[in-house]
Amino acid sequence: MAKLHVSTTINGEPQEFLCDADQSMLDVLRGPLGLTGSKEGCGSGDCGACSITLDGRLVCSCLMLAAEAEGRQIATIEGMAGEELHPLQTKFLEMAALQCGICTPGVLMAAKSLLERNPDPTEHEVRFWLAGNLCRCTGYDKIVRAVMETAADMRGGAR
Amino acid sequence: MSTTTTTTAGDDNKWIGKRTVRPDGADKVTGRAAYAADTNMPGMIWGKVLRSPHPHARIKSINTAKAEAHPGVKAVVTAKDVVDFPIAKSVMLGIQDMRWMCRNVMAREKALFVGHPVAAVAATSEKIAAEACKLIEVEYEVLPFVIDVEEAMKPDAPVLHDHITFEGKPSNIAGKLEHKLGDVGEGFAKADVIIERSFRTQPVHQGYIEPHACLVSVSDGKATIWSSSQGQFMVRAMCAYLTGIPQNDIRAIPAEIGGGFGGKTIVYLEPVATLLAKKSGRPVKMAMTRTEVFHASGPTSGSYSKVKLGATKDGKIVAGEGTYCLQAGALPGSPIRGAAGCAFAPYDIPNVHSVGYDVVSNRSKVAAYRAPGAPIGAYAVECVMDELAEALKMDPLQLRLKNAAKQGTKAAHGPTFPRIGFVETIEEAIAHPHYKTPLAKPKNGVLHGRGVASGFWFNAGGESSAQVNVNEDGTVVVITGHPDIGGSRASTANIVAEVLGIDYRKVSVLIGDTSVIGFSNLTGGSRVTYASAMVVTQSTENVIGQLKARAAKIWKIDPEAVIWENGEARPAGDNAGKFEPMTLGQLAAQANATGGPIGAGTQLNTTGAEGGFATHVCDVEVDPELGIVRVLRYTSFQDVGRAIHPGYVEGQMQGGAAQGIGWALSEEYIYDKNGKLDNPSFLDYRMPVTSDLPMLDTVIIEVPNPKHPQGVRGVGEVPLVPPLAAVSNAIHNALGQRFYSLPMSPPKVLAALESKTAKAA
Amino acid sequence: MTDIQYLAPRTLDEAVQAFAASSGKGRILAGGTDLLVQMRAGTVTPHTIIDIKKIGEMTAIEETAGGGFRVGAGVSGAILREHPKLKKVWPGVVEAANLIGSTQIQGRATAGGNLCNGSPAGDSVPAMVAAGAIVTIQGPKGRRELPVEAVPKGPGRLNLEPGEIVVSFTLPARPKGSSDAYLRMIPRTEMDIAVVGCGVSLTLEKGVCTAARVGLGAVAPTVLLVEGAAKALIGSKLDEAALDKAANACRAACRPIDDKRGTIAYRTQIAGVLLKRTAAIAAERAGRN
Repeated sequence: MAKLHVSTTINGEPQEFLCDADQSMLDVLRGPLGLTGSKEGCGSGDCGACSITLDGRLVCSCLMLAAEAEGRQIATIEGMAGEELHPLQTKFLEMAALQCGICTPGVLMAAKSLLERNPDPTEHEVRFWLAGNLCRCTGYDKIVRAVMETAADMRGGAR
Repeated sequence: MSTTTTTTAGDDNKWIGKRTVRPDGADKVTGRAAYAADTNMPGMIWGKVLRSPHPHARIKSINTAKAEAHPGVKAVVTAKDVVDFPIAKSVMLGIQDMRWMCRNVMAREKALFVGHPVAAVAATSEKIAAEACKLIEVEYEVLPFVIDVEEAMKPDAPVLHDHITFEGKPSNIAGKLEHKLGDVGEGFAKADVIIERSFRTQPVHQGYIEPHACLVSVSDGKATIWSSSQGQFMVRAMCAYLTGIPQNDIRAIPAEIGGGFGGKTIVYLEPVATLLAKKSGRPVKMAMTRTEVFHASGPTSGSYSKVKLGATKDGKIVAGEGTYCLQAGALPGSPIRGAAGCAFAPYDIPNVHSVGYDVVSNRSKVAAYRAPGAPIGAYAVECVMDELAEALKMDPLQLRLKNAAKQGTKAAHGPTFPRIGFVETIEEAIAHPHYKTPLAKPKNGVLHGRGVASGFWFNAGGESSAQVNVNEDGTVVVITGHPDIGGSRASTANIVAEVLGIDYRKVSVLIGDTSVIGFSNLTGGSRVTYASAMVVTQSTENVIGQLKARAAKIWKIDPEAVIWENGEARPAGDNAGKFEPMTLGQLAAQANATGGPIGAGTQLNTTGAEGGFATHVCDVEVDPELGIVRVLRYTSFQDVGRAIHPGYVEGQMQGGAAQGIGWALSEEYIYDKNGKLDNPSFLDYRMPVTSDLPMLDTVIIEVPNPKHPQGVRGVGEVPLVPPLAAVSNAIHNALGQRFYSLPMSPPKVLAALESKTAKAA
Repeated sequence: MTDIQYLAPRTLDEAVQAFAASSGKGRILAGGTDLLVQMRAGTVTPHTIIDIKKIGEMTAIEETAGGGFRVGAGVSGAILREHPKLKKVWPGVVEAANLIGSTQIQGRATAGGNLCNGSPAGDSVPAMVAAGAIVTIQGPKGRRELPVEAVPKGPGRLNLEPGEIVVSFTLPARPKGSSDAYLRMIPRTEMDIAVVGCGVSLTLEKGVCTAARVGLGAVAPTVLLVEGAAKALIGSKLDEAALDKAANACRAACRPIDDKRGTIAYRTQIAGVLLKRTAAIAAERAGRN
């Protein structure tokens, strides 16, 4: 069976690639597309390190076939910062909300997706939204605080 | 809920103790940081490991012909290709014995656990390599197996290694370690209250999110190894031993490491990939799946322990006795030193007898895990302490305070403590709002409880190297030799900036590979900030000496007459005020005219890493109908000596607490009746997720280590020592029921509550 | 290179045709959150993957004439949650679907996939059983309907003919005073497979329960419709005695296994506890409708 040809949009740029029918989006991102910011921690949707958005919705790229990207919009961690870092990225650095950093791209993608939907999340909401992003270093404390502080900053500094 | 620092150290620092942005930060939040699996090379092929399906089997033959003939396959290796270290003679490298390492990376005489590597294939794709693995024919003679530590110690248990004997007979007990102080017989004779209990823990995995991975190229006999480890020099030495390539022909490059917690202080894939690369002539990439990580990389030991404490009526502990049987996995090397050595260390007990047994069984070989062995030791002692306090009708923290080790206390494992900050951790806990806040009343049947526990870890010094170079524009590049696992580059930048008196953003910190920086021991033992601070400080002081000499040369005065202040050379003494001060930038610009490049390297075997202590307070709620325990509030009090970067110090304290909560409540290796791990996934190996935990409060206590230039004590490991008992004691406080086995999972909690109800009825 | 084929048909007929033609080697791809894991583990090796997410009927939520809903089998949990009316009428069904996995999983996982995966522990299934959902199935021989509890046959096995695809779930309209709820027991707060799951749907008239259905998951080879528990609730004011009776009926219906996720004794005990708690939530909601 020949490879499939897929036309998609990644981080706002048109992109074409070839893939096998059973190849995951994560494999294609990390392999032929060289977007290694999405990490493979489990390959079964349990750790969230490969989180991306598909048409604006947060998904695990390890649980999506690359073929499904046809005609869709994909965003990865590589597209998060513009000329400047995204406020979440800056806050994570200021607040030491990462240690080894392997979960960080996935956590940031998930947190960004949360703040787009809910600019004023409670601690409870942050914790449950991020429950699919395992972090073994931080105990989550600084991650949750950084997300809430960023939300406050983005709402206009009231905190 | 808050984080606070209590310090006895001076605070006139500009950068030390400040929450600076880590040098590697931007790369890590943008996805640019390159971890082990993130790199490729031209012509690269993929390696895959064939693993044993049996927990215990003699390997009678391996036929690789079909795999070798499979299209796309470029190389196959088996134990024949790995350098053999005969069983008769121990060859130690750090804490690892190469006899066991060579048998762990590739099964030799026997497959000793499900997942034990038996052969490996390199092929043009991962898929082909996996297919080819299935074509390898291995003839096994299946043997009886044993999984649990207590079973493995029984006289009729299947013996894993015929040459290992204990008390004259073939045995699975591969080692014994004993610490003695005073006479426990006499001690217990003086006791008014004696409590003796047995405890069981299950193996738990380090749980780093990055699976083991490496990329190796061998060209003209010279190997370049790109991998994720806690020590590039360890990788080089182990690969040299196991492949026969001399160390000068191996360049081990540390990739960014996605968590280790001790689990990446040994090699699994690197020597195999090196052999495959050598044989195939192609760069070889290998990456474990999460399932492979669980099956074949080190968890820490499961254990069976027995602890006895005796105290007089007034609460003085007079004797302590402990036996710790730790499951090593298939090959010897469980952390009995940490269990038997750390367990009683927080207390000034005149009579101690602490014994550890290293027991092999048919599960994956254990690897270091954050304060290896110490959490197991502390779990038993700190739970018995709680019962002792109850029996003595004393507050559990007051009992600890009364018996706390302090300067001059002789520990059973050897040292007499210098100035330590254990007492301060207890005093801070007693005074803290957390401990003073009354527990919530039971509501909707949900019960609340509070527990406390303390813990000790040795900490470590050892070999470190650093190079500090001044650039032409007055900025500084620092190279050290320790993989940065949790922000140590930020600490290094703070120290160099402080000592030089320049902005920390002018300091770049890099981790050198084995060919660019001098030998540096593992990132482990809570030693990195401690040891690298020493070599970095010495190098920086050397650089300052050079800078002063350059200024003296320009000013044509004696170098002794120059001082270094706020990043500038200033004339001093008689010359004070005679010349305009010269900044680092100005001196750097003139470096070539004044004697050449400015820089200095230091290599030390550091000593003086004194032990670390912590006390934790934990509040839980228990739903007695479901048996579910949730942690509601948690505060860690730790003497860190000096917090070079408080953000990452707190991070260590919080991360350790979270891992400990997981160990106490939900994490465990579960084996099926065929001796196979039944939960090798993050779905069923239940590490705490975000919604499982509350904020984890921290109180940093700074009692500076007198033997360190900045007063640093190791920080990373102590945080995992107290939580198991803190959670356990909190559950007892909620339910009035004690648990002696981890994890305290819902079925276990409910079963215990029901049997209590049944007894009452 | 691989010999696997990926198809994304735009009509149900094409999908059925392709599925039937795959002669047992085809797999339906909805959210993929089970399928991709199984493919990776090598427990499933399909020759044809049929992605049904481009089929309108399977990805739509429609209100039926009588005030019920038809939910496409390929609708993700997140879309269910975002539907303005569905969560008011069938909150238990929506909350059950949204307990499946993380935020990331909810963006993909579907009720159809949850049912067709055939696990007795699927969270949405007990809620659908309690709701009395009717499953529409299309196959080479045409369309038919089955009550949701009749679809699973055993772990990983379904009462479907070759080539048949689950198209949608029809949730009935609700009389006044009705609601539903779903609770599950997991060791963590998220990210686990249900050790026990319990869905309860009921109708109250002046405080008296006039209709009830109870679905129980992870306690038998398939999700159970526990009629004994429903009987105990109907006609009662959901007083302690009725709840105890219903809880005992749930425990009596359990035929669980001991495994890494829970013991027989634990599952059996918890089934009763969850029944009471779930019924209380459903009743509280029903009282407001």
